Amino acid sequence: MSKRKPEENENGVETTGHSWDGIEEYNNPLPRWWLWTLYATIVWAIGYTIAYPAWPISKEGATPGLMKWSTRGDVEAEIKAVDEANAAIESKLASVELAAIAADPELKGYAINAGHAVFQTWCAQCHGSGAQGNKGFPSLLDDDWLWGGTIEDIHYTVTHGVRNEDDEDARFSEMPKFGADELLSEEEIEQVVNHVLTISGQTDQADPELAKAGAVVFEDNCSSCHGEDGKGDRDQGAPNLTDAIWLYGGDKDTIRETVNFARFGVMPTWGARLSESDIRAVATYVHQLGGGE
Amino acid sequence: MAFLDKHSIIEKNATILMVLSLLVVTIGGAVEIAPLFYLENTIEDVDGMRPYSPLELTGRDIYVREGCYVCHSQMIRPLRDEVERYGHYSLAAESQYDHPAQWGSKRTGPDLARVGGRYSDAWHVDHLTNPQSVVPVSIMPKYGFLSDRMIEPTYIEDLLKTHRMVGVPYTDEMIASAKADFVAQADPDSDYEEMLARYPKAQVRNFDGKPGISEMDALIAYLQMLGTLVDFSTFTPDASR
Repeated sequence: MSKRKPEENENGVETTGHSWDGIEEYNNPLPRWWLWTLYATIVWAIGYTIAYPAWPISKEGATPGLMKWSTRGDVEAEIKAVDEANAAIESKLASVELAAIAADPELKGYAINAGHAVFQTWCAQCHGSGAQGNKGFPSLLDDDWLWGGTIEDIHYTVTHGVRNEDDEDARFSEMPKFGADELLSEEEIEQVVNHVLTISGQTDQADPELAKAGAVVFEDNCSSCHGEDGKGDRDQGAPNLTDAIWLYGGDKDTIRETVNFARFGVMPTWGARLSESDIRAVATYVHQLGGGE
Repeated sequence: MAFLDKHSIIEKNATILMVLSLLVVTIGGAVEIAPLFYLENTIEDVDGMRPYSPLELTGRDIYVREGCYVCHSQMIRPLRDEVERYGHYSLAAESQYDHPAQWGSKRTGPDLARVGGRYSDAWHVDHLTNPQSVVPVSIMPKYGFLSDRMIEPTYIEDLLKTHRMVGVPYTDEMIASAKADFVAQADPDSDYEEMLARYPKAQVRNFDGKPGISEMDALIAYLQMLGTLVDFSTFTPDASR
């Protein structure tokens, strides 16, 4: 870098004194508007630290600022505003008889819309975005209910969940592992699988001889939960085995796997996570999807 | 302004400019960082926080190894839409034993700070094995191989010791029983009472439903405890934050 003294060039403007191959640099002052904007931002910054939390001068925390603003207060106010706007209908939804929700068109409309939002946020990951279900996660569109399809039943299931460890009132039942725990012999399992294929209408897959023997095995081991006719028992969450709706699959191999190792479908409890009105909204939404009783 | 004219001295001398720049950056850094050490409200004291159990910590290592943090944050911001979707906003204390922290705001997938208890173990197995089987629109890769990778607590004591070096309050007792606790948490038939006393609210299950302890077990044990330690029904937020 050259260190020549600043000098004026032929245009009468002072230069920085740098010269590279005859090219020189003007030493113009900063534009006024730019400079004053800079000073204004400095003044603004001082005012900002007075208005908002900023100076960490004591051990308890920073100065709160004249505006008493906080991120927590902000989100609290935001949620409160929405809650207050919906307070009238939300408290009505949370307090009326469950059966009365569907009778009130305004309440029902609100519950279905709110319930749809709750469903998409908390339920769709297992039951599917259209409530169509998935392997191991029941469809909520049909009238084949495991634990009951009245609004009260659905409300209870959503509130407490199924077979989870977090809620003592969760719906609970446990199918024995007939094969893994050697409660039935391999032969008996083969027989009962053929019996289940028969009662579910898949007679073309079943061996009539084995199925006949399987009926006895079924009555001795399975009928206390699934019923003598195999139509299930909602008090125990035991599915109906005579229809074409299967939670894990109704082919021979899957039924054999189910009898051998049992199934233990878990649904979380939502009572601790969602408000009563949210639970009622989603129960109303599920109830009106098609299979509500 | 006359004093500004002296500024040209700095601008024309590279060494002075560098020294003074360094000084400014040092002051700026010190002003931002130093208060965090003496302010008592940097990490508020909340009930329920404990170090990760050995199995959870192993799952956390798998989480980091697989780069889950590239798409999933663990930080629910105090904004209404986040609180409505994910639950109570995250507290600093909830990640005080995280080394490194799993914060972030870039979310290709959802935030996982409170994913614990939100889904069943079976769902996690299905979802990690083939995410699209349960969430058809998901773009998450498949992690089914975790089920086949069986793990032993060979280096678990070293892992706990390393975390103790960076400030996690693992006791000598925790380190001495790390191997036993690791095994106990994945076996509901084991003697897990002592493990539960050391790590309250730890969940004891055969997480993937298969014999043996696989990486799948460890990862699900970790996912199922995320955000579950602090009881928010008894928590009163200090508004001055």
